[in-house]
Order: sequence, then structure tokens, then C-alpha cells
Amino acid sequence: MGIIIGKNTCAIVQGITGAQGSFHTKLMLEYGTKIVAGVTPGKGGTVIHDVPVFDTVEEAVEKHSANASIIFVPAPFAADAALESLENGMKTIVIITEHIPIKDSISLMACAKQANATIIGPNTPGIITLGESKLGIMPAHIFKSGNVGMVSRSGTLTYEIAAGLTRRNIGQSTCLGLGGDPITGLNFVDTLKLFKNDLQTRAVVLIGEIGGNLEELAADYIIKEKYTKPVVAFIAGRSAPPGKRMGHAGAIVMGKAGTAQSKIERLQSAGVKVAEKPNDIPELLVKLVKT
Amino acid sequence: MKLYEYEAKNILTKYGIPTPQGGLATSASQAREIANKLKPPFAVKAQVLVAGRGKAGGILFANSVEEAEKATEKLLGMQIKDVPVKSVWIEEKIQIKKELYFGITIDRFNRNYFAIASAVGGIEIEEIAAKTPEKIIRFPINPQQGLRAFHARQIARKMGYMGNRFFELGKILKRLYNVGMDYDAELIEMNPLVETIDGEFVAADARIIIDDNALFRHPEYKKRLLEGEGELTTQEVEALRNDLAYVKLDGDIGIIGNGAGLVMATLDTIQYYGGKPANFLDIGGGASSEKIATALKIVLSDPNVKTLFINILGGITRCDDVARGILEAKAKARATKPMVIRLVGTNEKEGKQILTEVGIPVLESMEEAAQKVVEISKGGR
Repeated sequence: MGIIIGKNTCAIVQGITGAQGSFHTKLMLEYGTKIVAGVTPGKGGTVIHDVPVFDTVEEAVEKHSANASIIFVPAPFAADAALESLENGMKTIVIITEHIPIKDSISLMACAKQANATIIGPNTPGIITLGESKLGIMPAHIFKSGNVGMVSRSGTLTYEIAAGLTRRNIGQSTCLGLGGDPITGLNFVDTLKLFKNDLQTRAVVLIGEIGGNLEELAADYIIKEKYTKPVVAFIAGRSAPPGKRMGHAGAIVMGKAGTAQSKIERLQSAGVKVAEKPNDIPELLVKLVKT
Repeated sequence: MKLYEYEAKNILTKYGIPTPQGGLATSASQAREIANKLKPPFAVKAQVLVAGRGKAGGILFANSVEEAEKATEKLLGMQIKDVPVKSVWIEEKIQIKKELYFGITIDRFNRNYFAIASAVGGIEIEEIAAKTPEKIIRFPINPQQGLRAFHARQIARKMGYMGNRFFELGKILKRLYNVGMDYDAELIEMNPLVETIDGEFVAADARIIIDDNALFRHPEYKKRLLEGEGELTTQEVEALRNDLAYVKLDGDIGIIGNGAGLVMATLDTIQYYGGKPANFLDIGGGASSEKIATALKIVLSDPNVKTLFINILGGITRCDDVARGILEAKAKARATKPMVIRLVGTNEKEGKQILTEVGIPVLESMEEAAQKVVEISKGGR
């Protein structure tokens, strides 16, 4: 079980011949992800880690049936690569690439909506459904199969918290990175909805950060839906000054909007336990799941 | 990237949006030349990228060329919120009948652009929204159609205009949308958009923030940013040139880490234990030893930094690579300030060994390391 990807996910890798694409294809294969083909324009006919490479997505999916794509293509061409996958019927597209312009992302998301496809990212570490499939760049050994769903706007902070959970013997169902950009394919509300219907997931860890109001909207959703699964959160950026972009394109406090304090208060008002430090998450979770 | 008012106004003019006649001056004599070609009275406006310029005394008015010259001299000697004024924009003062607001920005939740308009302007949009929420018009823009001329007319109508005025206003709103799209603006606004006593619409002030990720499509502005002609500090420009994310803060503990979220959480943890971070610095994924050296150099170039905290969670990045990088960097940068290093993940043992052999202690827990560096920073005071 878990959400979005699983045993039936058959993926292609766009940008498979690049340093990142090739390296992570190997690791994803080692994890057990079904990768049926790779695409790099101009490198068709070659083979990498026993995966056949094609010039176009069209050819790749003619020869090998696939339902997902993971993209390691440089930013100026990444939105185009995602559109190519959408047009050729991929229903789950993970965009690892960072620095895609907002304008390109906005039109891409509109096309994805029309095609009824799910986009994860851009600027994401990807997604892992424990023991089934990994479409991403996260180190697999820090995770462990279990019942906690994780959703986050950041990469290494997710690893930090996941490793903490695993050390405490708290396993995970699916961990997914929404991406650090202001415009992403999924948001917290979308993901909470998916975890709600997943039988394996018994609690959710939500890792937010400054910028935008997606955490606040998640809090509103939790109240409105009387969300039954316990949610524990951490919000990064309590000490961030306004008007400065903290690494991620989306992590910026504009005027009074997007502060950590606003997010924390709203989540707490929805009954979400908010950790003061990343390492406090396992303890909060243990208390909640026991009672 | 924020554009200066004069840059934004020049772009608007190019797109047929009326702006007050004016020119840019970097000296009093230049100001005289410009003012001589304009009709008094004048507005003399400091070109700085900080909010609240007006309240800080960055806008002066002048009734004659001589006064404009004096105002320019005064502004050029000023610092607005610690930013020295390097140039001023001198323009004809417009006769205001009414101040309006119009802007376009992004809606993260709905993944589209939206326009905000208000028949009240001249103050910050957040303030307008707080004072007169009923006057705010929020108009989502369909990503596939864009803002069409009829949409712009709908907004103009909602702003309370009819007849010729309505038609003119609609055209201006549509043109601003075109500027926003062509320049990859994550925020573009005319505030105030003035209706003059002659019944014209004029953008009296304009703000454009270009999406940093789209700067490759706007090389002239990227060049300006990398040359340090903007709002960034020396360290921030140096970081940008080296593809590092750096933000200057006002504490004394230098911070380096991998991943934006982890670095933010590191700052928060330092603050939780009573310490004060001097900066945010994210080296990103898979940084080379050269990159780590540059990061160290940038952080240590801030004289306020007394101690250093390096927080690395090696996933794909190997800890032994990082350790070698730190040693190399330390030698190159001649770093003598105390360091606390937290290093976990892939090849952790090897990395730890490399550093402990030369007497640099390595910790495993981020909290423990944070506490330790805070202790050192306080002891050093």
C-alpha cells in the first residue's frame, strides 16, 4: 500500500545518461523500482545499467509499457520534458530538477490537471513507498517500512526526521517531498487526502517551512474534514528574517505573510502537535499513536 | 530579483503604459540637466530596493530646478535603512485625483497567477486589504488563456469606471499583464496607479520582482545582479556567483549545511538553545571540496562570526568526501575559529576518523552539536 507509487509503478527515466540520472537510476534499480526505459534525446540505442535508452518518450513507451516518469533534465528544458511525458500518457511524473521558472511550472501544472496526472515536484527529492518503489534521490537505508506517512517541502530535513523515526523503530508507509518551489504539483492538502484513504498509513508527519500559506490551508482542511489520523508537524524557519529567500525558491516571508509563527499557530489550532525541534517528532508520535 | 523603480518605469513606458516624464541622475549636475527638460514641480525619488522608502524620507518634492538639484544632493548623501542612495529618479509631479492599485502575483495553492485590483491605492496592498477588504478585487488568471482584454475590462469595470475611462484603464491593466509575463515577474504592481485631474491614468510608482529561476531569460538583469548592483551584500553576491545560497543574519555563529530545510532547522535549533546565527548557507547536494572551501571563505569573511557550525547529513553525499573537503578548505581559508561539526550518513566512520585524527571533534546529534556551538559562542564573549 502507501500512496501514489507502489509495486505496479513502471517508470521511465528522462535524462538517464546525465551524471545524476545515471547514478540514481542505479540506486533506484537496487531498491527494486521497476525502470523499463530511459530517454535522452540523441542517445537513443544505448543501454545504461541494462536499461534501454530512447530518443523520445513516444518510442520508449511504444516498446515498453510505463505509467510513470522521473525527470533529471536541466531546468531550461525540464518543463518541456514533463510535457512530453504527459502527452505520452504518463500518470505520475516526478521532477527532481531545481530552478524551473514559475511561469513554466504554472502552465505545466494546468496541463497535468487536464490530463488527470500527478506531478511531484519540481525541486523534490521524490517519493518512496517503503519496500515497493522509489522514484527519487533519497538514501533508502534511512527508511524502514511501517505506518507513518511523511510529506515535506524539503529534502535533507526529511532525511533527518525519517532517520530519527527509524532509530526509534517507527517505520514509514510513503515519504514524499512536495518540492521547495512556490509552485508544485502536489500540496499538503492533496497529500493528506491521499493518506486518509491509505490503509497502511496510521499517522502523518507534515514538514513545512516558511513561505506561502499551504500549511495554513492544511490546518483548515484538517479542521473541516475532522481528519481522523493523527498529524505531527515541524515548521522550519522560525528564525528566518522577512524578505529573504532561504535557499528554496518558495521559502520566503513576504511582508507579514508566510511566517513560521502563523503556520504553527494555525496547525496547533487544528489539533496538530508541532515539534519545536526536528528531533522531537518521534516522541510526539509515540505519545499520539499509543493513546 | 527586485528591479529599481526607474528600470520598472522604463519597461512600462516601452509597453505603452503612461508614467511621469523623468530621468535618472547620479549627481546634482545631472539632476539639473534632467530637470531643465521637465515641467516643474518635480518629485525626486531615491532609487533603493528597500520597502518604506517614502516614510524614511527617500522622496522629496521640488518646485524649481534649483530645488531639484538640492534635493538630489541631499538624497545622494543619505542611507535608507543602511542602504546608500546611489541614484535618484527625477520626474514631473503628477496632479492626483485618485490613487488606485493594480498588481499581479502567484497563487501557490491554485497554481496560477492572479490579479489584485483596488480603487484604493498608494499604501501597501496588505494595508489596503486590512483596512478596506471589501474594495479588493481578486481575479484568478486561467493559465491556458492568460489575462485577455475582456478580463482586463471586467476588472476596470469592477474598479468603478465607465465610458472612455473604463476602456483606457482596461488597456493599461492588460499591458501590465503583458509586462509581467514577458519579464517572468513573480510580482508586478502599479502602486499607486494614479487617475490625474486631467483624467489620465499614470503609473506613479511601479514594482517588478523577476523570478530568480527565470533570470537566464533576462541576461541584462542577471548581469546587474552578479555585478553587485542591487540589494545583495558582498557575501550574498559571492555566494550567488558560486551557486550557493547565503543569507546574512545578525548573530555570531556561522552556519553551513546541506539542504535548505535542514539549514533552516539548524538556525532554529541554534536559536532554541539561545545562540544567534550569523548566516544561512546551503551548499546543496553533492558539493565538491572546492565548493565547501568557498562556503567557508564566505562565512568567515563576515567579521561578526566567532564560531562555526557545519551540519552535514550525508545521503548521496559521502561523509569522507565532506571531511576531506573541510580539511582542504580549512587549510586554504586559514580558518582558526572554533568549529563544531556534525557529520552523519554514508561513510560516516571514515569521515569521522579523518577529522578526529587532526583534532576536530565530530558529533552525531544535531541537537548536541547545536548546544555545544552555542556554549562556545557564549564562552568566547
